[in-house]
Amino acid sequence: MNPVSDMGAAGFLIFWGLTALAAGIFIVRGYQLVQYIYLGRNVGESKLTLGTIIGAIWHLILQQCQFKNVRRKDWSGLGHSFMVWGFLCFVIYYFLFIVIASGFGIAETMENNAFYVIWCWVTDIIAPFIVIGVIWAVIRRYIGKPARLKGQLTWEAIFILMTVIIHPITHVGKIATQIAAGHAPAGLGLATPPISTAVSNMYAGLTSLEASHAFWFWSHWVFVLLVLAIIGYTRYLHVVAAIINDVLQPKTKNMVERIDLKDRATFGVSRVDGFSRKQLLDVYACVVCGYCQENCPANLTDKPLNPLLIISDIKTNLMTNGPALLKKQSPSLGLIGDGGEGTISEDAIWACTTCGACMEVCPVYIEHIPKIVDMRRELVQVQAKFPEELLNLFENTEQRSNPWGIAPSDRDKWAANIDAQPFEEGKTEYLFYVGCAGAFDSRERQVSLAIARVLDAAGISWGILGRDEACCGDSLRRLGNEYVYDQLVKQNLATFKERGVKKIITECPHCYTTLKNDYRQYGAELEVIHHTELINRLLTEGRLKLNGTGGDLGNVVFHDSCYLGRHNDIYEAPRQALAAATGRAPIEMERHHNRAFCCGAGGGRMWMEESTGKRINIVRVEEALEKDPETICVCCPYCMVMFEDGLKDMDADDRVKVLDLAEIVAARLK
Amino acid sequence: MLVVACVKQVPDTTQVKIDPETGTLIREGVPFIINPFDTHALEECLRLKDEYGFRVAAISMGPPNTEVTLRKTLALGVDRAILLSDRVFGGADTLATSMVIAEAVKRLAQEEEVAMVICGKQTIDGDTAQVGPGIASRCGYSQLTLVDQIKSVDVDARKMVVRRKLEGRYEIVEAALPAVLTVVREINRPRYPTVPMRLKAEEAEVVLWDNKVMQLDETAIGLKGSPTQVRRIFSPERVKGEILGDGMNEPGEAARLLVDTLVSKDIVSP
Ligand SMILES: Cc1cc2nc3c(=O)[nH]c(=O)nc-3n(C[C@H](O)[C@H](O)[C@@H](O)COP(=O)(O)OP(=O)(O)OC[C@H]3O[C@@H](n4cnc5c(N)ncnc54)[C@H](O)[C@@H]3O)c2cc1C
Ligand code: SF4
Ligand code: SF4
Repeated sequence: MNPVSDMGAAGFLIFWGLTALAAGIFIVRGYQLVQYIYLGRNVGESKLTLGTIIGAIWHLILQQCQFKNVRRKDWSGLGHSFMVWGFLCFVIYYFLFIVIASGFGIAETMENNAFYVIWCWVTDIIAPFIVIGVIWAVIRRYIGKPARLKGQLTWEAIFILMTVIIHPITHVGKIATQIAAGHAPAGLGLATPPISTAVSNMYAGLTSLEASHAFWFWSHWVFVLLVLAIIGYTRYLHVVAAIINDVLQPKTKNMVERIDLKDRATFGVSRVDGFSRKQLLDVYACVVCGYCQENCPANLTDKPLNPLLIISDIKTNLMTNGPALLKKQSPSLGLIGDGGEGTISEDAIWACTTCGACMEVCPVYIEHIPKIVDMRRELVQVQAKFPEELLNLFENTEQRSNPWGIAPSDRDKWAANIDAQPFEEGKTEYLFYVGCAGAFDSRERQVSLAIARVLDAAGISWGILGRDEACCGDSLRRLGNEYVYDQLVKQNLATFKERGVKKIITECPHCYTTLKNDYRQYGAELEVIHHTELINRLLTEGRLKLNGTGGDLGNVVFHDSCYLGRHNDIYEAPRQALAAATGRAPIEMERHHNRAFCCGAGGGRMWMEESTGKRINIVRVEEALEKDPETICVCCPYCMVMFEDGLKDMDADDRVKVLDLAEIVAARLK
Repeated sequence: MLVVACVKQVPDTTQVKIDPETGTLIREGVPFIINPFDTHALEECLRLKDEYGFRVAAISMGPPNTEVTLRKTLALGVDRAILLSDRVFGGADTLATSMVIAEAVKRLAQEEEVAMVICGKQTIDGDTAQVGPGIASRCGYSQLTLVDQIKSVDVDARKMVVRRKLEGRYEIVEAALPAVLTVVREINRPRYPTVPMRLKAEEAEVVLWDNKVMQLDETAIGLKGSPTQVRRIFSPERVKGEILGDGMNEPGEAARLLVDTLVSKDIVSP
């Protein structure tokens, strides 16, 4: 039973003609898309290894991308997994039993065997799951209407779901007519697959079985080819791009590229072809699932930034300018513009707190932060166009290596009344890298003192650099001022080398991530530990002894710092230490761990006005207050400021205290 | 036409410490910055460049390391940077300083018509506010001090109108070009150097004009040409006041004590 050969030469002509047409469209479009990617900058770091490839395939089979988000009670991932598993089984069927069997007229040979029957069973069992997956998706999307899909309930989405559901239906129709005709999988003395068998009963006694079979066969195959043809034009593209994106995902989380400060092409991205190739591949991978927009603090507080739109606008820009750029002409649509379709507004670019929530939830490993930083680099380094408030920050940090422009000689003032040793190789083991806030901010100085007390109590040998410590450069880097950041890194690394610094304790998660991860791009191999990690270690090792006193903190709510949590996956150490100090596990806010909501100060936002929409710190403070806390525990100087300010604004500062973990522990030392 | 920005390199005062023994400034290891007012003078020149297409020269008199400061002006978009440096220029008071700068301006004017010389209102180290007016009188240019706004420049008629910011009032003044302006901080917001400009500035030339070039009478410049000499710099002794109350724990009580004391000492009236 082969509708192709049944039609004779014409059948083969139509079959291969249609197949070649669809494959041709797929290949031509694919070639065009690859050419567009190659417009991007080659940053020369291909991470293709057998391991990463196998890893990516494994992720695909396990549907890791989906289960990443299932934990947050969004079960749509399950429906997607059904579709993917079904699809994979069907692809095998198409290749063996349609392309080879029917296409080469050897259906009888290919189908009259036990393997065929087994595979018909597999597809028969999987078919209803695909249908359920689609129905589940339709209910979730069009009846549930989740916030994350706001603006995404497009015709494209429904069309794609329809193409998905048609496959199992036409497939079952095809097998059912085969069974009704007594053809394989029937007639081999083996049990036939249940659903197809049930459907075949409807065909019992029908004389035009051949025609019905031909109908199912051709309609099935035409839909398969249709999908093949439209992959490159629709979000089906993620099927291919996401796998490659997975293979190429960076080793260090949320890392921005180190640029060559002699090569103008890398100073910043003003045109879509200024992005690296990996960054361009990213935009093909986007499935418009909206997880990112649903978690973005800027988007949720009505700022003009939506990480989903950043990606889709870059894609639109690439598609619009691609043809001209390939001909070496200038792009017609600017990248940084008024925020209309295909352009990104400056306000959107500056609104990002680099909290990493978007990247954390993105199922296809898209890197939003590097793109935003690339465009900030353009604005700062090439156009010198940035929010006014940043001028002081930039100049102070360049001139006096701290954001406030306070005299560097005041850097050790916080320790005026304690016995803090200067760091000296051989004499002191750890460098306590206090950071600008810890050294200059009056509130945060209390935290520095608390850390010093804890270190002394545990008998840790530590020293400070005093005026020789320069700002780590975190804010500058996230704000796109790589030039001055680069100076600071070199200055700090020279100091570390000269003074023999190898092990560093940081007070601030931003210093932590910068020294630990970012400085590695300069070949630095430092052992960096955040104070909360160290405190937890000292507690578990029994080197810190706490007693029950220190005052009752009441309900303690814990707030995750983005740069400790999402950027470095440190979630449990501060919680364990807090539990040890207070005798009970901290209370979690509605959003916590990797879903925690940013305080609003990261990415240099600390130094900018927040005049649009609701203030991010207020949203977070409200969330904390829902748990009726007496104490909010933080681990970051920025979070400290944002919470204290937010509590003051809400007139709650008299009933709720903000304390750093180190302060809580220090107050309970024996 | 050329506009000239006068910039002085000064020690970063936030980082200057007083030696407790001698009461003098410790200048060692203190980084230098562009005199803050001069960044506004420079910015105004660059804005004139953007608007009228003037060329901009930056000049500075100081020790050889002043080159660093001039390089920063190049990164901001200055077309030529001139360093007036020579041992014989050293130790100058305002008279001798404005003398050398005025001669340099005259030299520039021989090559290219000078429309304006823009100075800061004053420096943060010398604080005299005399160099600008000194240059104006020596060059015979119009003198416009404390400018907070350039209202218009009529290049053809060689005229300009500015607003001067005085105590409690403004003054709109018209003057003939060339003119010397001294500017206050409110006049503008200085720009930030772009990276391409910084790189260009790294390679650009800072031209040195020493006295071999300037050929000035050595008795009229430097220490010899300076009627004023600084004898000693020291900071006044600050007597620590008494602590009246505990503002931390009893803010209300402390505030009342403070007000009572101020009233009793007749510093405020009830
Ligand atoms: C602490 C201190 C006290 C001093 N006291 C006196 C004093 O009482 N009497 C006296 O005659 N001298 C004094 N001098 C010396 C004198 O200030 C400087 O030598 C003189 O070069 C400039 O004067 P000024 O810094 O007050 O500049 P100001 O007159 O305040 O400066 C006005 C503007 O002139 C321009 N300008 C000034 N100097 C230069 C320069 N070197 N290069 C380019 N542009 C410049 C700048 O645009 C500046 O904003 C003092 C110096 C110091 C450091
Ligand atoms: S990093 Fe945070 S603020 Fe920036 S786009 Fe992503 S979610 Fe939004
Ligand atoms: S960027 Fe990632 S999370 Fe955002 S819509 Fe696209 S695929 Fe989803």
